[in-house]
Amino acid sequence: MRKTTNQKAWWLLVPVLLLVAFNAFIPLMTVVNYSLQETFGNNVFFWEGLTWFESVLRSERFHDSLLRQLMFTGMIIAIEIPLGIVVALSMPRKGPWVSVCLVLMALPLLIPWNVVGAMWNIFALPDIGLLGHTLNSMGFDYNFTRQPVSAWMTTVLMDVWHWTSLVVLLCYAGLCSIPDAYYQAAHIDGASPWAVFRYIQLPKMKRVLTIAILLRFMDSFMIYTEPFVLTGGGPGNTTTFLSIDLVKIALGQFDLGPAAAMSLIYFLVVLLICWVFYTVMMRDEEE
Amino acid sequence: MSRIEFSDVRHAYPPPPGQAPVYALKEISQVWDDGGAYALLGPSGCGKTTLLNIISGLLTPSEGSILFDDRDVTRLPTLERHIAQVFQFPVVYDTMTVFDNLAFPLRNRGMPETRVTQRVTEIAEMLDLSDRLGQRASGLTSDGKQKISLGRGLVREDVNAILFDEPLTVIDPHLKWQLRSKLKELHQQIGVTMIYVTHDQVEALTFADKVVVMHDGGIVQVGTPIELFSRPRHTFVGYFIGSPGMNVLPCSLDGGQPVFANNLLSSGYPADADLSGKLEIGIRPEFVRFSDDGIPVEIQKVEDLGRYQVVTVRHASSQIKMLVGEDETIPSHNPQISFDPDNLLIYCDDWAVEAEHA
Repeated sequence: MRKTTNQKAWWLLVPVLLLVAFNAFIPLMTVVNYSLQETFGNNVFFWEGLTWFESVLRSERFHDSLLRQLMFTGMIIAIEIPLGIVVALSMPRKGPWVSVCLVLMALPLLIPWNVVGAMWNIFALPDIGLLGHTLNSMGFDYNFTRQPVSAWMTTVLMDVWHWTSLVVLLCYAGLCSIPDAYYQAAHIDGASPWAVFRYIQLPKMKRVLTIAILLRFMDSFMIYTEPFVLTGGGPGNTTTFLSIDLVKIALGQFDLGPAAAMSLIYFLVVLLICWVFYTVMMRDEEE
Repeated sequence: MSRIEFSDVRHAYPPPPGQAPVYALKEISQVWDDGGAYALLGPSGCGKTTLLNIISGLLTPSEGSILFDDRDVTRLPTLERHIAQVFQFPVVYDTMTVFDNLAFPLRNRGMPETRVTQRVTEIAEMLDLSDRLGQRASGLTSDGKQKISLGRGLVREDVNAILFDEPLTVIDPHLKWQLRSKLKELHQQIGVTMIYVTHDQVEALTFADKVVVMHDGGIVQVGTPIELFSRPRHTFVGYFIGSPGMNVLPCSLDGGQPVFANNLLSSGYPADADLSGKLEIGIRPEFVRFSDDGIPVEIQKVEDLGRYQVVTVRHASSQIKMLVGEDETIPSHNPQISFDPDNLLIYCDDWAVEAEHA
């Protein structure tokens, strides 16, 4: 029997291909295009090779904002993950308070980024804001628009306020999936509360924690709106994180070449860290 | 090790607001002898697990008391009761090795490390786990994991009893048998009281010296497998044990002898029996025979199970099951059946009528 060859079915893939092309591939290639060339407008391009990449990688400004970014992300993960675990552990497992707690926890997650920024801006204003005014009247010298330490504290606090709930909800889901028999067995084995946490709850939460850390890493590493609204990257450059810096270069200075090169490096850094982290966590799982 | 005694224990779980409590356990008084192998048998929801959790102290009964060797332990926490419990789903500490899993209960009790190593090696030997001691426990199959759960109970030298809550549910059928004989062997080796909860009669009858049959929150009969088979005290035991279960048929009495659908039957009961209440006869399918001058029946179904056949017959509105040998022929014309008088039991309101059998 002869098979009839009919390749017309390939046409059915066209919509998807178009969607992916316009959605991801063409924009990315445009960035690649800008990163390798110099333009002075009018669609006139000059080949530059890897010059932009080299200059970005050598620039102190990039180093500084990358360092600030790493510090910020490190700090919020170091605070949000343990805090999230503690809150999840202390939430009730059954009863009428469960839904109350869940709704309260979910509330911050529902607020748009720029609203969070604006809220905290007003909340922290040193003269009339509830937080700023209280701190100052207690004798602390607090002014997030002028002092780097205050600005950092406020930014980190804002992120913790906004996103710890996500970690809590993920951990809570992990905790709820542990069958009662584990606790009963541990009880019979004479395990201390710490041992129950260390050998039952923490291992059972490992997967959700991996996801939580990944999500918090990616999100905080690309944070833009909240610090932009709160501090605008200041005072000086002290809260200028990578994406704020990127926007300054691309749209403020209109240096499209370096900005494109920086975006690609930025993208690769995020990808690399996620990949390494995930691989390490999962390899441990297989053993 | 000790003797465990239940004295008028009742338990109700907290009811939904505004409702009266429903007793999951209804007044149980029962003694579990030291070193016995008991099976708690009953359908799902009859209170088996509740009873087990009361022994181990995971639950405190609403009423009554529990004594270990005449010492009241009702309010004692699990830790001080020295009970080991194996659950339906294997519980292992995933991040630990098999060795650390087995050592966990000992280390928690502050035993010196040299003694721990000695105990764990000993127990691993018993459970055939010696060559896996260094492995991560999470990599084991479910029967291996269940052995670890069991091992964590066995390593402790101070256990009063080991409780099993349907431990073989998730084990493959061909390994079930192996693990069960291992349990039996261990019981003979170390002689600790074992209480084994199951809803599978084969499991219960092969494991235990004494089977405790539970029904609807109460204990209906305690006995050896043979007693449960030949003299069920309650109609529930009759049809829960045996495959197929006992035939329970409505009857009346005439001169102390049972009458089933106008047929006077002979039985081992004395002629002066005088009973009132709901009367029934119980006869196991093994003791129903085809005969020439018995009760006329109509054959409904014949199931061939290999070594024997299960025949379902009907008389009036009653269905009767009977076991017929593989080589026996089933009469095709006017079939009649008779009941073996020695194995015919009379039940009054579901409870067996005691009688002096010849």
